[in-house]
Amino acid sequence: MAPSPPASQDALLKVEGLSKVFGSFKACDNIDISIEPGEIHALLGENGAGKSTLVKMLFGVLEPTAGTIYWRNQPVVIASPGEARRIGIGMVFQHFSLFEALTVAENIALSLDRSVSIDRIADEAARLSREYGLPLDPRAHVADLSVGERQRIEIVRTLLQNPELVILDEPTSVLTPQEADRLFETLDKLRSEGRSVLYISHRLEEVRRICDRATVLRHGKVTGACDPRQETSGSLARMMVGSEVQGIHDKDFTPRDEVLLEARGLDAPARSPFAVSLKSIGLKVHAGEIVAIAGVAGNGQSELFDVLSGEVTVPRKDAVRIANHDVGQAGISARRLLGASFVPEERNGHAAVGDLPLSENVILARHRSDAKAYLGLGMLKVLKRSVVRRTAARICEEMDVRKSGEDPAASALSGGNLQKFIVGRELDRQPRVLVVNQPTWGVDAGAASRIRQALIDRARAGAAVLVISQDLDEIFEIATRIAVISEGRLSEPESATSMTRERIGLLMGGIHGDEQADLAHAS
Amino acid sequence: MRLDIEKRAAPSRLFTVLSPFIALVLTLIAGGIMFAALGKNPFYALYAFFIQPLNSVWALNQLAVKSTPLILIAVGLSVCFRSKNWNIGAEGQFIAGAMMGSILPIMMPGWTSPLVLPIMLVLGMVGGALYGLVPAILKAEFNTNEILSSLMLVYVAQLFLDWAVRGPWRDPQGFNFPQSITFPDDAILPSVFPPGAAHWGAVFAVIAAVATWFVMRRTLKGFEINVLGESERAGRFAGFSSRRMIYFAFLFSGALAGLAGICEVSGAIQQMRPVISPGYGFTAIIVAFLGRLDPLSIIVAGLVLGLTYLGGEAAQISIGLSDKVSSVFQGLLLFFVLGCDTLIHYRIRLAVRRPQGEVS
Amino acid sequence: MTHLILATLLTVMTAATPLLLAATGELVAERSGVLNLGVEGMMVVGAVTAFIGAQWSGSPYVGALFGIAAGAVFSLAFAFLTLTLVANQVATGLSLTILGLGLSGMIGNGYVGTPGIEMNAVAIPGLADIPVIGTLLFRHDVIFYVSILLVVGVHWFLFHTRAGLQLRSIGDNHVSAHALGMPVLRVRYLAVMFGGACAGLAGAQLSLVYTPQWTENMTAGRGWIALALVVFGSWRPVRVLIGAYLFGAVSIGAFNAQAFGVAIPSQFLSSLPYLATVVVLVLISQNRRLTLMNTPACLGRPFVPDR
Repeated sequence: MAPSPPASQDALLKVEGLSKVFGSFKACDNIDISIEPGEIHALLGENGAGKSTLVKMLFGVLEPTAGTIYWRNQPVVIASPGEARRIGIGMVFQHFSLFEALTVAENIALSLDRSVSIDRIADEAARLSREYGLPLDPRAHVADLSVGERQRIEIVRTLLQNPELVILDEPTSVLTPQEADRLFETLDKLRSEGRSVLYISHRLEEVRRICDRATVLRHGKVTGACDPRQETSGSLARMMVGSEVQGIHDKDFTPRDEVLLEARGLDAPARSPFAVSLKSIGLKVHAGEIVAIAGVAGNGQSELFDVLSGEVTVPRKDAVRIANHDVGQAGISARRLLGASFVPEERNGHAAVGDLPLSENVILARHRSDAKAYLGLGMLKVLKRSVVRRTAARICEEMDVRKSGEDPAASALSGGNLQKFIVGRELDRQPRVLVVNQPTWGVDAGAASRIRQALIDRARAGAAVLVISQDLDEIFEIATRIAVISEGRLSEPESATSMTRERIGLLMGGIHGDEQADLAHAS
Repeated sequence: MRLDIEKRAAPSRLFTVLSPFIALVLTLIAGGIMFAALGKNPFYALYAFFIQPLNSVWALNQLAVKSTPLILIAVGLSVCFRSKNWNIGAEGQFIAGAMMGSILPIMMPGWTSPLVLPIMLVLGMVGGALYGLVPAILKAEFNTNEILSSLMLVYVAQLFLDWAVRGPWRDPQGFNFPQSITFPDDAILPSVFPPGAAHWGAVFAVIAAVATWFVMRRTLKGFEINVLGESERAGRFAGFSSRRMIYFAFLFSGALAGLAGICEVSGAIQQMRPVISPGYGFTAIIVAFLGRLDPLSIIVAGLVLGLTYLGGEAAQISIGLSDKVSSVFQGLLLFFVLGCDTLIHYRIRLAVRRPQGEVS
Repeated sequence: MTHLILATLLTVMTAATPLLLAATGELVAERSGVLNLGVEGMMVVGAVTAFIGAQWSGSPYVGALFGIAAGAVFSLAFAFLTLTLVANQVATGLSLTILGLGLSGMIGNGYVGTPGIEMNAVAIPGLADIPVIGTLLFRHDVIFYVSILLVVGVHWFLFHTRAGLQLRSIGDNHVSAHALGMPVLRVRYLAVMFGGACAGLAGAQLSLVYTPQWTENMTAGRGWIALALVVFGSWRPVRVLIGAYLFGAVSIGAFNAQAFGVAIPSQFLSSLPYLATVVVLVLISQNRRLTLMNTPACLGRPFVPDR
């Protein structure tokens, strides 16, 4: 099953001067990379550096604007994913290419270029998944699987093609620490078979742990090629981000006694067949503290956000309390009037509307809370556009939002800038309670740092801040107390100083009961 | 060779203005080809269709009569479509409003009073709104596709009207023709510039368009309608309820369609017949799209499509074509408008296919 | 008595066939992710073209071919606008219906009242002689046989072939399908044209079998009912067949009730199929899991690939 070792020590894959331009935006600029056979090669860079664009060109999904790709020293044009697969390149995307309504076997069948019976595929897939330590049931419907299980499908389907180079795009962003360890074992096995891996990540510890060499990208250009084990996290970070990024400061303050946000025995049934139900959630956030909820995607984070924000109400009034008021039955506008603000996970289509200008996106979240300022003529509720525009300008100034034009559409801003605007929009109200879901997902390091500092500043000023995040680095950076959400259950929050990554990983695996079994497994 | 489209960074201002005109020109060309294929001189046919009908004051009055229901209904539809509530049953709401409003003159013809007309108009709006309530309830409470439900109800309304006019509402003095009594004077919507045919429905149409434009552009309600149409989740984040918007949109557009219905019956036809609309409820959909769901542009679009009705009638007389030619022009116009609108959001280019890869 | 029941059943089958044809074609299009509301327009264009084709050639079979071709060509216009130019599918479908009704009315103007060329029943040798069943199932026009074969063929294609699996996956997630290298637009074009061809054949059945003549708007909303049938059948061919036959029964039931002088006014009886459609839609939309698992997730959504 493994490919024969290469005759000479030629690089397996070499890229020279590769560029990709979208309109006027240079996603990739004159990139050179070289990958040896039997090597795990890291592609490092922060969000927006051009990593995904580069590998999409390697996999035939995008057409390069300039440059050449060499496979075993022969120039090739990779016109489609089918071509890439034929050459010997396999790819596991960060956003899975799966079909919810179909079974695992059917999904795998679709990625194969030849016509094989579904039963044969099911058997092959089962065998491979066992061999590489990635257990799967071929007859299960994808819609019923967890995120980690879905990733296994992607990996197995790639391995079925017998690739010589496997590209993985941010694979551990959706895994628990234990699942990540299992993945690294799989990668070791691939390397021992003489295959190569191109490992895309922005997580320095992982890269230093498993990768042989690394290429660093920043703003679409190569800023370094090195052996990550010879580098420190600091030197790698500098190659990724350039000048020193502002660390978080002024973190030392103590929480007050007053509880401003509370959940008591919060139950919420799943609102659709594939959603997660919330079970008996209990939580207290005090003024002047940041409570972080860690968890891998798909364990009830959005559901929890929805019931806390009021987009979904619950039958028991006192299941959610804000500033000592029962708000379980109250809608989001009522909760905002009590001094609460909310930042959902999705920038586009939830927190903001892409086609609307920034000023109208201010109205989106604040028409009720700021009705006196923004609405006129009584019942008619005429919009005072000039006042709103002034607010938008103030927010952009305060959060250093880079934009072109006075009042551009939200979709014209980069991810980081839009996120800064959205967070700034809420902070501008000086809320007493702030609930944020994934504050810096897909955001560049500079903006992420700015946002995290802003959250800390707000907490220090006396607000109760609740952060839901999949990024453990971020959580350890800003949280006072940490809890874990798993399958709709919330663990008891513990002080950040006493919490460890292992413990978080165990809690992610199961709350209330499985901990002993997992501890036994881990040792 | 491949036709590729690429999303623009921001909608093109140039094409937002230009697109309806390009669509009009393409429609004229396609229409000309069609006339030629049917053995008629295309230039004369187009002239007879579009220019000739406008050559007199009488004709302009007729244009107002035809455009009034189109504008009234389309203004209501613009609110519906902007909030992504696809009300395809405006034709049925038109009929329901007409019937509800006609109850007074037909069942109580003896009662004369200046109140008759206002009550009829209000009843018309109520009838249309109630009929629009049915698909709204089905969508909001039962998750049922509103396109199909509102459309099916059109057929039901048409059949109901047919029964009423041939049965209980038939004029006993009418020589067995399927039609109701002619409305008494008190129940007839007066003309704006007597003796012209254009009735006060035209004024209502303009008022409705301007008022709706103001609400859509300048008030929170208009903002709510737009946001819920763009993204239901963002609307929920803003505290808006898409469920309540379904009711609002259907009641509003139903009321306007009902008003159009009673104005048409009371002002233009002045009695009830089995067929009281040449498809206004459907043509209004075209008006709404041609006017890009903006109430003021809808006034112009309504006039353009009103012209296609006049043209059809004129063409029947002067060139001997079926009056179905109006529908053809209307369908063609919508078709080209939709095609040209692509240019607003996307750039089009021809791409050469990439050569296949070579592997050692 | 048997004779009467048999006669009624035969009429039901004739009434159900155009619904079945149009719905099955639309099912394939929708499974690939495209919502084509122009079915009514394609059907009526097919009807008039088939009628004229039969008049011109003297053969109803040639007429039927003309009808199929007309439906397919007409749907090509829809495909170009919605797939290549990414226009709003709801509005485009409506424009095609309005255009189709207008065009067919115009073209067919001279043929109203002309006696039609009927497609006669073809008895299948051997099978047609079986008592009762033989008459019921094996003495029909060719289009009926095609409709049944179509259901079997589409079911086998969608659920037992690789191409069908690809089509279903495109309707489920066109972004993933594209990432896997599937020709999303090409498959959708073909699916839409197949739907158009079926709708055209359905229209041909109306003007060559059901009532061998041409009248304006002779489809009377059947295209819309076909759309509802696809929802009712949860996008599965066999369930659509059951739905089509139920509707055929309701229509014929209403028609026969009028003939038997039932005291209910004819207009109310005529409105039964439309009211039944609404009721059926409400009932089927109640089961959210059924809807979620079977509705093609990308139905009606525009697709613009990155290049």
